Amino acid sequence: MNTLLPKLGWAALALLGAFALGVVALSRGETISALWIVIAAVSVYFIAYRFYARFIAYKVIGVDGSRITPAWAKNDGLDYVPTNRNILFGHHFAAIAGAGPLVGPVLAAQMGYLPGMLWILAGVVFAGAVQDFLVLFISSRRDGRSLGDLIKSEMGAVPGVIALFGAFMIMVIILAVLALIVVKALAHSPWGTFTVAATIPIAILMGIYMRYIRPGKIGEISLVGFVLLMAAIVVGGWVAADPVWGPMFTFDGKELTWMLIGYGFVASVLPVWLLLAPRDYLSTFLKIGTIVGLALGIVFVAPQLQMPAVTKFIDGTGPVWSGNLFPFLFITIACGAVSGFHALISSGTTPKLLDKETDAPLIGYGGMLMESFVAIMALVAASVIDPGVYFAMNSPAALIGKTAQEAATVISQWGFVVTPELLTQTAADVGESTIISRAGGAPTLAVGMAHILHQVIGGQGMMAFWYHFAILFEALFILTAVDAGTRAGRFMLQDLMGTFVPAFKRTEALIPNLVATGLCVAAWGYFLYQGVVDPLGGINTLWPLFGVANQMLAAVALVLATVVLVKMKKQRYIWVTVLPTVWLLACTLTAGWQKVFSENPKIGFLAHAAKFSAAAENGEVLAPAKSIEQMQQVIFNDYVDAALASLFVLVVLSITFFGIRKVLQALRSEHPTVRETHHGVHAEAVKA
Amino acid sequence: MFKDLARMGEYLGQAARLMVGLPDYDTYVQHMRMKHPDQAPMTYEEFFRERQEARFGGASGKCC
Repeated sequence: MNTLLPKLGWAALALLGAFALGVVALSRGETISALWIVIAAVSVYFIAYRFYARFIAYKVIGVDGSRITPAWAKNDGLDYVPTNRNILFGHHFAAIAGAGPLVGPVLAAQMGYLPGMLWILAGVVFAGAVQDFLVLFISSRRDGRSLGDLIKSEMGAVPGVIALFGAFMIMVIILAVLALIVVKALAHSPWGTFTVAATIPIAILMGIYMRYIRPGKIGEISLVGFVLLMAAIVVGGWVAADPVWGPMFTFDGKELTWMLIGYGFVASVLPVWLLLAPRDYLSTFLKIGTIVGLALGIVFVAPQLQMPAVTKFIDGTGPVWSGNLFPFLFITIACGAVSGFHALISSGTTPKLLDKETDAPLIGYGGMLMESFVAIMALVAASVIDPGVYFAMNSPAALIGKTAQEAATVISQWGFVVTPELLTQTAADVGESTIISRAGGAPTLAVGMAHILHQVIGGQGMMAFWYHFAILFEALFILTAVDAGTRAGRFMLQDLMGTFVPAFKRTEALIPNLVATGLCVAAWGYFLYQGVVDPLGGINTLWPLFGVANQMLAAVALVLATVVLVKMKKQRYIWVTVLPTVWLLACTLTAGWQKVFSENPKIGFLAHAAKFSAAAENGEVLAPAKSIEQMQQVIFNDYVDAALASLFVLVVLSITFFGIRKVLQALRSEHPTVRETHHGVHAEAVKA
Repeated sequence: MFKDLARMGEYLGQAARLMVGLPDYDTYVQHMRMKHPDQAPMTYEEFFRERQEARFGGASGKCC
């Protein structure tokens, strides 16, 4: 009886999940409620956590609840602290959740909600959550060391350096693409620009308060900050409507780009307590609050999905991003299914706070399931708005023109019937002059969120508020990431340059600091600027590069996990990591290859360069270029992008090569060859 | 009932602070008293500043 009841419960959950998946997958022609997606996803998460995560934990790697974790062994009350598992779950989730899982699924919705949803679920269960969990486990058995260190000690010094270099390049692309999302959302939007700009004085006020007025009182000043933010949204509406102030906060993409580059430089050399830390507090709390709010909103409103389950663009002709379903859907979704960047977090602060090894499945695997749920919500938000509006917002101006009239005509020809009135009305509803060609995910998500949330609080009159709330929410943590990322990139770069010019290692010295920060900002600023002037919207070029890089880092982390499994003499279960690794390698190498060598100039950088070279030789000027010099610039950019994509491919191939070598070596040994640190088990610790 | 609510509030507060990289100060003080009775623990203000620098001082980035 005691074992029967839970079994019945799990069987019922499995049936419910299967039924919900069936409804989502099989309905054609009629719209279904978004709740079916939510039910299917949550059932999958519970079953995967209960069965697969436990299988990996107890059968494959053998977590040991009595083993002393680094948090106990090196407890200092600061970096290393044994922490309650639920509190640590919150910490870990807040650290991994960012803009990635929100943007990827929105872009993926051009193929309909079904392909994206299936990959978000399958990807997280078999790849993403496995990676996060195993890296957390591996790091916690090695004193909480970082991914680069782990690769160095388990695979060798050369792959360690290669992985670190790869991580730096990925960071540059991430910063560029995140900044591009902000530029796309704020261009010609005085309301959004004012609101986001207002976060700077609000953060500085909070910083001074926490430093000098009531030191360290985070809670009260964060509340004040939140109220000020909400006030900034309201005032932003007035500013946008004002004939004098409105134009002062209206900027085009290029102007915003230079402002962001300047901001990134200044913000990352200021002391952290003044701007970065307080804004980080605000953005973290707002992020968690909004995610919870959106989940409640979807459950209460139960909106209908307007987007078809599958659109005709699965043939690879979609306007939002180019390329076939395989491999590009798997590249586009990125963080919500599997994110290599999480390997850096799982080998960062989290393993140093782990109380018991048996908490690792909840935090590593469970945390990633939660992230995947965020991706599902983003997909829902993109699918509840009218498909015509979706394509108007996400297609480049080069395809659909600049006016509502042109856009409505083109998009209706694609089979998504939409009137120009609907496009202008939607823009008016959310308080913007236009919604056409606002690629980048954030504005679409904001329209979707406003669509859901205004039905809970505020009604039609609050649409514009909720839209700008959503823009603010994304811009806030993107700017925090830009600022923190530039700082982190600067440290990486100083470390790297320090090997050649020792003076650069001194991170506290002013000149090396400024030089390294400048180089770092220039690196991401270059890609950002290139993206902003791209007539295809930039997201077209940069997001796949980011996706490829991020998934490749995941493949690298999974190669490490495979090596460690074999070294533990657990090769029987090697499929747990090898299957997702092979899949990720297949996707990323195909995508990387196509981005460089595809003959379609929409996909391949070299083909694009060739097309422009041929035109330039005939003295023709192709858009976006307006002169022969600009043509040369476009060609140069193509070569840079091609080189970068090739570089990522080389990084992942060499790591795979070193991984296979280590696996073969470990197979020959009869004993486990892992290099774990041992701090004993708890019973002994108590006696000692 | 009120005791439970108070504990719940404390718990949520701890969770919120750790999300922004600030571990529990009382736990830190307790640790210092038990293991390093010869050293004076940092004041809350010093502790707060030390943690703030540590969170953003190194090469650990934010997630995408």
